[in-house]
Amino acid sequence: MSTAARLKREMPQRYRLEAEKCETCGFIAFPPRALCPECGSKEFGETKLAETGEITTYTVIRVAPDRFTDEAPYAVAIVKLDCGTSLLCQVVDCDLEDVAIGMKVKLEFRMIQAEGEAGLLYYGYKAIPA
Amino acid sequence: MRRVAIIGAGMNKWGELWDSSIRRLFVDAALEAISDAGIENKQIDSMYVGCMSSGLFVGQEHLSSLMADYLGVIPAPVTRVESACCSGGLALRQGFMDVASGMSDVVLVGGVEKMTDIDGAGATYALATAADQEYESFHGVTFPGLYAMIANAHMAKYGTTREQLAMVSVKNHSNGAMNPRAQYPYEISVDQVLSSVMVADPLRILDCSPITDGAAAVILCPLDMVSKFTDKTPVEIVGSGHATDTIALHARKDMTWLEATHRAGMQAYKMAGLEPGDIDIAEVHDCFTIAELCIIEALGFVEKGRSGQAVEAGETRLDGRIPINTSGGLKSKGHPVGATGVAQIVELMDQLRGEAGARQVNNVKRALAQNMGGSGGSTLVHILEVK
Repeated sequence: MSTAARLKREMPQRYRLEAEKCETCGFIAFPPRALCPECGSKEFGETKLAETGEITTYTVIRVAPDRFTDEAPYAVAIVKLDCGTSLLCQVVDCDLEDVAIGMKVKLEFRMIQAEGEAGLLYYGYKAIPA
Repeated sequence: MRRVAIIGAGMNKWGELWDSSIRRLFVDAALEAISDAGIENKQIDSMYVGCMSSGLFVGQEHLSSLMADYLGVIPAPVTRVESACCSGGLALRQGFMDVASGMSDVVLVGGVEKMTDIDGAGATYALATAADQEYESFHGVTFPGLYAMIANAHMAKYGTTREQLAMVSVKNHSNGAMNPRAQYPYEISVDQVLSSVMVADPLRILDCSPITDGAAAVILCPLDMVSKFTDKTPVEIVGSGHATDTIALHARKDMTWLEATHRAGMQAYKMAGLEPGDIDIAEVHDCFTIAELCIIEALGFVEKGRSGQAVEAGETRLDGRIPINTSGGLKSKGHPVGATGVAQIVELMDQLRGEAGARQVNNVKRALAQNMGGSGGSTLVHILEVK
């Protein structure tokens, strides 16, 4: 079981897609970083990720980790957002057979995991067909 | 820098070894290496132990002094190292640097993982900690899932086929069938792979390396001291490379390209003064069939995008242009994660000394080992040469 603190510190990213943009080279850090991996700058300004993008690659998880067994099979994809940042998330609200490379998607706020019946609920983003 | 030789190698038969504890696995392999090298345990100046996650697998950390105690080498300095599934390769590099620097003369490098003391869900969780916990595992992706995404990208970009992936597994099992230490020493067919249970599309269970208990160990010393200990064929570590990449797969510019493997390989070739074409055989990290394809491209054994065709043409078979995974690889031999990188060296020692039995490749002079962590976030490459 995680503490609420561990979840809380990821909330800006997971709930609101908050990121930081390097003021020198424009690299978008998601999650935020102390140092830009592209140019080494330490100066970042606030930004938000684009909510739409395209699937670069995907899979369908059939043998799932403990907390996800009830959902299996489910699709997971790497999505390249229109702002240029890539992230990994589930793809929902469509048939598994329809998930494909090049598919246009948008991110929505959804529940990701639950810690048993009485534990914490974890929220974040999932992709749906655009 | 002093030149470094490997003078002994040891490894148990791998499998689900319910009667063996983590300490016993390690000590059995270490004693075999010590005996093979013609030394006594008290001659060991220092020791490195590669282990990914004894804390999660058996609830035991502080392996350094546990193994020092049970191998009878106290008060020798012992260091446990971790870099996910390439912890063993990393241990070898630490031992290599220790001897090369002149700090130690006789060094034992071992790797161990005891994976069956917890259930399958526990093992899956422990392995998943090698991915980005907050931005990969959080979303329910597994390691087969990450490699499945690499496979789909490779198939879309280069036309690699599902059958070609299966051929990697078939080839490795064919080699492993001749390895008495392999966990699954039997042949399988393409049809069996293609009809096995789907784990993460397009990867099926027979594309995946298994859960394994096992250990392996080697003994290093300066090249100019070899004759003091043994009259067996001396083998030198002529190249060592180590590189990292992003832990998260989605952060990489090209998901089909293993940049850390490429960089570690180039470092090792440069140190050895060799090129990919000079290598006779290689043990590579086939944790999933797609991994072997990406690795042989990144190491320069085949052109980018041509790995599927190369496997189909038999180029990587025991009798091919560049035999890959003569031991059976992770798929057939087993994959006790921390031990794998050291076991690759044990196989290369067998091949370089001409002691590999039915799976012996003719006239092996130079051999390469590539050991990889996570979805490619860390990689070790070593090149060995018969002296």
